[in-house]
Amino acid sequence: MRHLLSTSALSREDALNILDTAEEMSGVATRHVKKLPTLRGRTVVNLFFEDSTRTRISFEAASKRLSADVMNFSGKGSSVSKGESLKDTVQTLESIGADAVVMRHWASGAAAQLADSGWTDCAVINAGDGTHEHPTQALLDALTLRRGWADRSGEALRGSDLAGMKVLIVGDILHSRVARSNVWLLRTLGAEVGLVAPPTLLPVGVETWPVTVHYSFDEALDTAPDAVMMLRVQAERMGGSFFPTVAEYTRRWGLTDERMARLEARFDGVSTPMVLHPGPMNRGVEISSAAADSVQNRVLDQVANGVSVRMAVLHLLLSGSRAAEPAAPSLPHSADRFSTGSSA
Amino acid sequence: MRAAQATLITSASPYGEEPADVLIAEGRLAAVGPEARERAEHLSADADLRHIDGTGHILLPGMVDLHTHLREPGREDAETVETGTRAAARGGFTAVHAMANSSPVADTAGVVEQVHRLGVESGWAEVYPVGAVTAGLAGEQLAELGAMAESAAAVRMFSDDGMCVHNPVLMRRALEYVKAFDGFIAQHAQEPLLTADAQMNEGEVSAMLGLPGWPAVAEEAIIARDVLLADHVGSRLHICHVSTRGSVEIIRWAKSRGIDVTAEVTPHHLILTDELVRSYDPVYKVNPPLRTEADVHALREALAEGVIDVVGTDHAPHPAQAKQCEWSQASMGMTGLETALSVVQSTMVETGLIDWRRFAEVTSTTPARIYRHEAQGRPIAVGEPANVILVDPSASAPVRPESHQSKGRNSPFRGMELPGSVRATFSAGQPVVLDGALAVSRTGRTAETMVDRTTGEGTGGTV
Repeated sequence: MRHLLSTSALSREDALNILDTAEEMSGVATRHVKKLPTLRGRTVVNLFFEDSTRTRISFEAASKRLSADVMNFSGKGSSVSKGESLKDTVQTLESIGADAVVMRHWASGAAAQLADSGWTDCAVINAGDGTHEHPTQALLDALTLRRGWADRSGEALRGSDLAGMKVLIVGDILHSRVARSNVWLLRTLGAEVGLVAPPTLLPVGVETWPVTVHYSFDEALDTAPDAVMMLRVQAERMGGSFFPTVAEYTRRWGLTDERMARLEARFDGVSTPMVLHPGPMNRGVEISSAAADSVQNRVLDQVANGVSVRMAVLHLLLSGSRAAEPAAPSLPHSADRFSTGSSA
Repeated sequence: MRAAQATLITSASPYGEEPADVLIAEGRLAAVGPEARERAEHLSADADLRHIDGTGHILLPGMVDLHTHLREPGREDAETVETGTRAAARGGFTAVHAMANSSPVADTAGVVEQVHRLGVESGWAEVYPVGAVTAGLAGEQLAELGAMAESAAAVRMFSDDGMCVHNPVLMRRALEYVKAFDGFIAQHAQEPLLTADAQMNEGEVSAMLGLPGWPAVAEEAIIARDVLLADHVGSRLHICHVSTRGSVEIIRWAKSRGIDVTAEVTPHHLILTDELVRSYDPVYKVNPPLRTEADVHALREALAEGVIDVVGTDHAPHPAQAKQCEWSQASMGMTGLETALSVVQSTMVETGLIDWRRFAEVTSTTPARIYRHEAQGRPIAVGEPANVILVDPSASAPVRPESHQSKGRNSPFRGMELPGSVRATFSAGQPVVLDGALAVSRTGRTAETMVDRTTGEGTGGTV
């Protein structure tokens, strides 16, 4: 693994390796000195072309706990806003001595382009690209889910996966990079994935995904899910006629108190249902206030898990592997890339 | 003036059929068959006779591209009439039609006359400016169609290509109005509201990549509307760059009803699919977008059976920075003049879907007929204008955009091994390409000629 660009290209072995490493990293957080020397002398650049305080701080904490030097670069208020190209920006950062670039970008595919471009030799970590993927978010969700699943089954955590777990992802799938990354990773780890959304917020082509699609949240709850992941509904979707009103959205696809009660009923009070939300939550829209409070209980875990997962990713991509692997061939232009060849 | 030149091509196969000798003299095919050699010997006493051994080569009418972006005036960093027509000649085109989305837009007699004049001065291929349908391509009011038709450029083809004439009333009026001078409207079929922010074909791949989709229905809905409008007002409609299987079905239906519609497909839509977008390499970003394999096969079959009439390159050169950026920021378009023949040979001829005679129809005869050209797309026969090309179909080489005459390096075929090579291009008898390289243009320019941008005059030619 040279870059982390997507979960769709992440093997089961690599995914489990990241999760297991993250469990080890989480031990560091409980120590008196919360630092490992692994990446001393290495430089990680946080290159954020889109606002994201939480993800950026999480990566920053992860880098610092591994003793890396961190540079934060915001696409706003920098030369980028003066029209500098991504290419020039990245080459400038590399010449400063960056070993890894953590990039958040508003354009789908920006991280993949960076990794394939030949503009830089840095390891590239996708911290969210447009509406494509957000792999570390999915990995931290998987870390949380795996702990809950292993707890319930009594299985050893290390090396375990999510085989047999039923997970619902609810909300704006069309515009969600979190949903995409979660679908691929959860499937790779053996979970059964259901998507719940109004038809307008599902991409054309979703029928080819390895998931079950539900238009009705209530019917989806009939399938007895083990975990529910709620996605944020953005106010600007209203303008696109994706649904008639917020109230109707909440009635049909919101995690209301009634739906929360149905979920809780399954767990006989022994444990709480696993409800995740990548935040920030719209209380009263996709999630009721009471359900949000329940989720909020998990938020602190999620924040800690985010740091652990990002430490694991940085560690695996950077430690000891400098120039060990040949760079992945950048966009080989051979005829076999063309799905429709000349010889029919 | 140069000494009168004549060229004897021996043993080349017109349309890939029986080999014959052909004598080109005084801008025409002076002789075809056994008498070509005799006439050549007769001539050679006082004329400069060139002999080309055409054994194994195919002689075809020069290709006619109804869809070329030459970028001049306004974006001379991307292409000029000079470099674009060099690319045309090198690619086997003897006539190109320069789309109107220059800056300023070709929506007045002044701009189309400028492009026309630049074409005449270059002398590599004939240049026919396409006039905009609406002023500034804004889709609000008709451009001065009549003035462009009456200008020195004598425009007959009108298109807002790049933009769709989406207002149905305006489209109706345009179709009606051009009947006054036997013109036609070439529509870029793209319903704008269905394609707001669209980045690629909407389907399985866009779902995964998180790129906003350009649904096939946005093309098909406009084509369906426009064939009905053309029928209603009795005018001529040409559909640019058809890209979907559904569009083929609509055009097939329209033709069966006798509606006067013609359709075009680009070489890239005959071979590439949206699977390539998985790389996020903006060289694959184009409008209309690359579609699916099912669409590719439907387009090939439609071209073979005549539902689609012509191949148009939609040659769209861009400077490097327009493609070295985020996908959603990148410009749409691909170069195509210098790869068109090879792609069509690869996808249509070598697959057995068409023979070289049909190749000549779709790349030359029919586009020339659509525009009503008199000297282009003519048969290979005695007395016809010598706008012909000599092709080596057995050649094969990887595409190297760096070696192209176009300024654009945005070829999606980079590195692909493609068959076929244009060995010679004759423009009105002048061998503008010889041995697969630029020779001398009709105005005496060579590959080394530097064109003075202020006067438009070439210097450094070898005449």
